[in-house]
Amino acid sequence: MNSPIRGVLLLATAVLGCLLTSAALAEKNLAGVWTGTYSEDWPDRFPGPELGDYGGLPINDADRMRALSWSASLIALPEYQCRVHPSDYANSFADIRIWEERDPVTEKLIALHLQHFAWQTRRTIWMDGREHPPEYAQHTSMGFSTGQWDGQVLTIHTTHLKEGWLRRNGAARSDKASVTEHFIRHGDILTWTVVVNDPVYLEEPFIRNRDYKYSVDNQVANYSCESVVEMVRAPGYIPHHLPGTNEDVKIFAETHGIPYKAAMGGAATMYPEYMKVIRSLPVPPPR
Amino acid sequence: MQSLSVSGICKRGLLVALGVLLASGSHAQQQDFSKVKIEALKVRDNIYMLVGSGGNITVQIGSDGVLIVDTQYAELSDRILGKIRELSKGPIRYIIDTHHHADHVGGNANLRAAGMTVSGGNVGGDISDAGAGAQIIAHENALLHMSSPPAGQPAIASAALPTLTYFTPKKDLWFNGEGIRIMHEPNAHTDGDSIVYFRQSDVIAAGDVYVSNQYPFIDIANGGSIQGIIAAANNIIDLIIPVYGQDGGTLVIPGHGRLSDIGDVINYREMLTIIRDRIQDLIRKGMTLEQVQAAKPTADYDPRWGSSSGFWTTRQFVEAAYKNLSAPQGK
Ligand SMILES: [Zn+2]
Repeated sequence: MNSPIRGVLLLATAVLGCLLTSAALAEKNLAGVWTGTYSEDWPDRFPGPELGDYGGLPINDADRMRALSWSASLIALPEYQCRVHPSDYANSFADIRIWEERDPVTEKLIALHLQHFAWQTRRTIWMDGREHPPEYAQHTSMGFSTGQWDGQVLTIHTTHLKEGWLRRNGAARSDKASVTEHFIRHGDILTWTVVVNDPVYLEEPFIRNRDYKYSVDNQVANYSCESVVEMVRAPGYIPHHLPGTNEDVKIFAETHGIPYKAAMGGAATMYPEYMKVIRSLPVPPPR
Repeated sequence: MQSLSVSGICKRGLLVALGVLLASGSHAQQQDFSKVKIEALKVRDNIYMLVGSGGNITVQIGSDGVLIVDTQYAELSDRILGKIRELSKGPIRYIIDTHHHADHVGGNANLRAAGMTVSGGNVGGDISDAGAGAQIIAHENALLHMSSPPAGQPAIASAALPTLTYFTPKKDLWFNGEGIRIMHEPNAHTDGDSIVYFRQSDVIAAGDVYVSNQYPFIDIANGGSIQGIIAAANNIIDLIIPVYGQDGGTLVIPGHGRLSDIGDVINYREMLTIIRDRIQDLIRKGMTLEQVQAAKPTADYDPRWGSSSGFWTTRQFVEAAYKNLSAPQGK
């Protein structure tokens, strides 16, 4: 090929490339390791919530009963020890890695993959327009996710989730839930917004935001889990509290001087106006 | 499944005499099958789950032919057969009935007739019409229920009855390159339940001892019990090896509902065990059935598993569990 023609072709390619890159600018590049940034959400994100703290969760009576029946001894059972955080919760905990899967010929985005530090779970967010499977297909902890770009916001819709939790203290999220997420990148800051719709256990959608900072140096650490028999139990034994017998759930309210009723959650406890209600409620005796 | 809930299925299972359904389609007017579509979900390389109306069907295919677990309704046999033929052209050699309910064995006669038994050698003389149809395997109690319908109900067509039964804890066979273990789960959904474990494919066809969409139907009249259902769930969990945590690995095809893995069966077992413990505690406190119902021992699980209408309501589930647990043997 002689050089003038080659030059023209190169120029044309460059122009086309610029056009395509500009067109693609609506889609942000989310690939990389993102480190959790913590503020007042630290206790909930890392050490985990206190027992009996369901304030701010729009849970219904049925889920409250689940939570009050829950015993932390459950997770000592071998088959529960490595139960992973579901995808609508796992992001909350520590760092994440996102990478792209692209068609090697067309460069079209097929999927985004996301790895959580917590339990080293990996999920796939299909970006190729495929449909969700039928309801009778298998459900998983990560669920089946499809995504699309709404301008510069990645919006993800997830179904086929197994039962999980809203908080690590017994507040369950059912397998009938569907989840909408938004990933919003502002430079080096990434905001994850998750909206959980659960017709079984929620009075209103539950919305949570988490922030991350782009990491130049970090890698997501290894997280392995091995189930072991920690204590010998009767076969089939499931630890739980019979209704009305769980005294442990009062510790949170008594320690922090929060009315029992407020600590028990419900949609009303999500809203700022609830501060007025709290003042009218009896405060439990200090511990 | 799309057009009929478990409650509807069980309603049919009880209200319509088994034999009637099996012998002919003339009593199927309660349900319109015309819109039912049979869909196949690939479970593992050579295992499929067929979903239509009635219990899920498991299909195992390979060079030896076709083995199926449960047969749904007779009215759907043509469509079921059509779907099987999309998966394999091989002969149907074996049918395994997980139990005797009509929504699981209604297609026995039709699908048997479409198949061909593996026969000869020392078993050649056991079956007079060997070669005329597929072998139907079931626990002995399932055959007893099918061959002795309740008073006033017509007898079942002999072509629909199991041709090979077992009364021991398990029965094994080798088919399509893998060992298949059929295990009896005593006094669970009924007293004739089998689960079918495909050892190479690592798939369990659970029948109605494990369902993912409603409180399990405890067929007390036919020997069922909540304790047996919990024991069956524990046995299934013992068989399962997950990939990690509670995900993947051994897959479980439920009697009704979605393809499952250990996490789903664990949640089911947890729900049943907690409800059992609560009802047992209330019985110990001397409560009557009415008092137990009023205490709502299932309230936290009802929005997911319960039903206030239809054949199998939450109240009936609690009543059955109460009867089991207050019986002298605790069954
Ligand atoms: Zn049944």
